[in-house]
Order: sequence, then C-alpha cells, then structure tokens
Amino acid sequence: MNVNVNQSGSLAVRVEQDVVLARQQARKIASEQGMRLVDLTKLVTAVSELARNTVVYGGGGDMDWQVIEQSGRIGLRMLFRDEGPGIADTRLALTDGWTSGSGLGLGLTGARRLVDEFDLDTAPGQGTRITITRWI
Amino acid sequence: MERIPILQMGEFLLVTIQVDMHDQLALNLQEDLTDRISRTSARGVLIDISALDMVDSFIGRMIASISGLSRIMDAETMVVGMQPAVAITLVELGLTLPGVSTALNVERGMQVLRKRVAGR
Repeated sequence: MNVNVNQSGSLAVRVEQDVVLARQQARKIASEQGMRLVDLTKLVTAVSELARNTVVYGGGGDMDWQVIEQSGRIGLRMLFRDEGPGIADTRLALTDGWTSGSGLGLGLTGARRLVDEFDLDTAPGQGTRITITRWI
Repeated sequence: MERIPILQMGEFLLVTIQVDMHDQLALNLQEDLTDRISRTSARGVLIDISALDMVDSFIGRMIASISGLSRIMDAETMVVGMQPAVAITLVELGLTLPGVSTALNVERGMQVLRKRVAGR
C-alpha cells in the first residue's frame, strides 16, 4: 500500500531535556493535524517513554517524525533510533514490569499500548530502532 | 537550579506543577518536599497537576513515591486536578497509582485532607 509522506523532520534526543522537546514537538504536530485530545495525550506519552529510553538506555539518538497518508487516513509516525547496546531479549523487554534499569518496566510495553502500530528493531551491539504510528 | 515552588497553607503544603517537567525537576521536587515536610511539620501535601497535559511512567512514579514518602513522614498526600485525557492514558500505560489519594480539584482535596488530619 502506498504511503505518502506529507511532512517530516528530525530531532536530536541526546539529553534529558530533549525528552521534553520531543514530546512538545509531537504535541505540536499532532494538534496541527487535528488529533483528538485523548489520542494526542496517548501519543505524547508514548513519545516521552521512548525518548527517555533513547537517552537512558540508548545513550542518546534521534527522533525522526513524519505525517503520513495512507488510503485517505492521516497518521503520525515516529522513529526513535540510537546506536546504543541494543536489546538482547526483545520478548523479555516487551514484558510488563520487566526492566534492565531502575524504572517500572512500563516504558516499552506502555508505549506499545498507547499507539496503533509499534515496531521494534534491535540486536545486541546494533542499536535500537523503534517505530510507532498513531492514526488520526 | 530550576525548582517547583512549594507554598505553605497552615498545616498543609501546596504544590502546583505548571511546567512541562523534565526528570531532574521531578526529582528535585521530591527532595524539596520531604525537606519542607520535615521543617514545617506539615500534616498534608496537595499536589495540583491540573496544568500537566501528560503524565508518563517517570512522573507517575515520582508522584507515587512522594505520596509514600510523605506518609512515612506522617503527612497525607492528595493529588488533585488530573485531566481526564491524562487519567485515561495513565491507566492504559499500566500505571494505576496504587496508594495515591486523588481528588478532582484543590477544594475537594483540601476537604479530604482536613478530615483525615482531624481524624488522627
């Protein structure tokens, strides 16, 4: 299926303050596209979780965002990428309550629940790429 | 360093979070609040989050931990003013804030706090 990219951009996610900028950017794009408040809040929260993971576990990276159009639907797609250590056991990482750090273990699984599409691409030593999509 | 102001109202402390919190700010608040509870012997803490348009797992954890900490220090915490969209998102995220008392707004939260403190 054809996916048109209507708008796109990129944002560095290196330090903790960038997490705030990432969610502000997500909020701005989502509200420009007329996303409903509840959906927007879910997307922004997912962005916050993933951006924090990028900083804390990935050692910093980038967030690429796109406004896409597919079969008449508009959606927001975000890619979080880092060159960090990667995730060895993705099944475990996507288990509620499991954490390799000191968090609650809700970041990855919670973010997955808050969006329509979630794709995790990672391997040890290969960095992590997470793509999320929320349709409007 | 950036700080969230803590106001004293009689035996209660009032915190109104009005900025998009980054993690360090949330951690500072936790430290400042416990310090103020201990210095003022406050019996209750009201945290007004009506201006927060997002609560993620980090901020949620900070709120839960402030609530637990203040209980240990003999003060009750009420989290007030959570926006409906934030509440829906939190539950979906998997964070139900067990042990955290909530009220719809500052006024209702204050009423509950007064009752609780009077009952002790």
